[in-house]
Amino acid sequence: MNNKYLGKSIVIFSFVATIMIVVSIVYMVSEMYLNGKDYLTWEFLTEAPTKGMTAGGIFPAIVGTVLLVILMSIACVPLGTITAIYLNEYSNKKSIITKMIRFAVNTLAGIPSIVFGLFGLGFFIQFVGSGMDNVFSEPGQIQWGQPNILWASMTMAFLTIPIVIVSVEETLKSVPDELRAGSLALGATKWQTIKKIVIPNSISGILTGAILAIGRGAGEVAPILFTGAAYFLPYTPTQLTDQFMNLGYHIYVMATQSTDVEATKGIQYATAFILLACTFFLSFIAIIIRYRFRKKINI
Amino acid sequence: MNANSKIKVENLNFFYGPKKALNNVSIIIPDKKVTALIGPSGCGKSTFLRTLNRMNDLITSTNIDGKVLIDDVNIYEKNIDIVELRKKVGMIFQKSNPFPKSIYENVAFGPKINGLKEKNILDEIVEISLKKSALWDEVKDDLNKSGLSLSGGQQQRLCIARALAVDPEIILMDEPASALDPISTTKIEDLIFELKNNYTIIIVTHNMQQAARVSDNTAFFYMGDLIEYTSTQKMFTNPELQQTEDYIRGRFG
Repeated sequence: MNNKYLGKSIVIFSFVATIMIVVSIVYMVSEMYLNGKDYLTWEFLTEAPTKGMTAGGIFPAIVGTVLLVILMSIACVPLGTITAIYLNEYSNKKSIITKMIRFAVNTLAGIPSIVFGLFGLGFFIQFVGSGMDNVFSEPGQIQWGQPNILWASMTMAFLTIPIVIVSVEETLKSVPDELRAGSLALGATKWQTIKKIVIPNSISGILTGAILAIGRGAGEVAPILFTGAAYFLPYTPTQLTDQFMNLGYHIYVMATQSTDVEATKGIQYATAFILLACTFFLSFIAIIIRYRFRKKINI
Repeated sequence: MNANSKIKVENLNFFYGPKKALNNVSIIIPDKKVTALIGPSGCGKSTFLRTLNRMNDLITSTNIDGKVLIDDVNIYEKNIDIVELRKKVGMIFQKSNPFPKSIYENVAFGPKINGLKEKNILDEIVEISLKKSALWDEVKDDLNKSGLSLSGGQQQRLCIARALAVDPEIILMDEPASALDPISTTKIEDLIFELKNNYTIIIVTHNMQQAARVSDNTAFFYMGDLIEYTSTQKMFTNPELQQTEDYIRGRFG
């Protein structure tokens, strides 16, 4: 085949591939919307499920999902950022310890999410939680050693930390070394340089990491199966030791565990649509913050 | 060369891994004069410059032996505070590197990290520093604009103002005008002339005319050796060594 045709066919192939992505997204969203639109009412958003979850709303699941993602972000964004800063700014890139950390991060990113769920159950609930009960709770009382929104968020944070680390590290790398040298040459310490020069120039990358983590965390169900998601709760969590409902898990429950699957079909579509909207909304907040920071830097 | 000495370097050797970059360099640099370092690329002049404020420390697997005495204190002693050293020995880089902050914040950066908080003192330092670097008149109404919005020559003068704000005694310049147009270069050179009344300046340059114009003394480096070091006037009219003359006349390098 001569080069001219090869060049043309690559253009066509890449265009078709792009179109396929757009088409499948449009199809998915419209399918969810069209099949669920009859259920998308104000009551649906603000009420708890009723009649054995074949009617009513999904309010507890919305709140549970949002709280889960917020708690998860509070844990994974700072921890991931600090790790990325250590890896990129402080560690000796050739040392065995650094290589081990990198290997661990990459491995963590490749672990199936259900394994995180089991890890959360074993580590957070049975080990940390039970340990806390031994110390803080009345004898025989179980307060922390059971599934709750805190442990679910922490488990989810473990799942999303590699995403944050990779994203933050990429931006740290993109901060020119001349800026670091300029700061150090003025007598700034390494930490001052990181705090005043490197981090302010990396805010958008840190928030990109947060956006990606939110997207992942809002959609995953497996890590919270054993660590805090509830089948049905008519109320929303008020403290860290409460269980919670979750949109993704709710869809799963309705599709597989319901007494009347046919009756829940529309609710499932509508719930999926709301899950998508929630994820978009949370990402949108982060995007707005990132936009503000970018504007502030490029005065 | 009879003025008081500011920097005294004795038998300095410098290695990048196994590669030797400076070979037994000894030099005495006088106070409040401009000393130019010339030589072909890779001759060690920039490496030498960076040994004077220990910027080479940032590169891993480098080694140094010998002494660098500034005001009779060896800056490679164990108990030397590098932060203090770098406040005393400022540096201007080849590529201007203003921080992506406002002009004001760029100049105030050094004083601020030293813990200075009083707004009126900071204002004063910013103004004085920008005046010293001959940038004040051009930017006094735009202090809140980004440092990156300035032209290349202005950015380099902003970097000089930023270095002056921490009140150094020595200023190292690593080809400060090599990326600038002739007019901006002239401004930087005028500035160097102005600054040498109060500061000891060491400048690395590839531009022979620039060395001849701005410096009092010139040191010629070749392959890590300090070949010749004398007054600029003598260097450019009647150098001691044939090698020096060949380089200055542009026969090699």
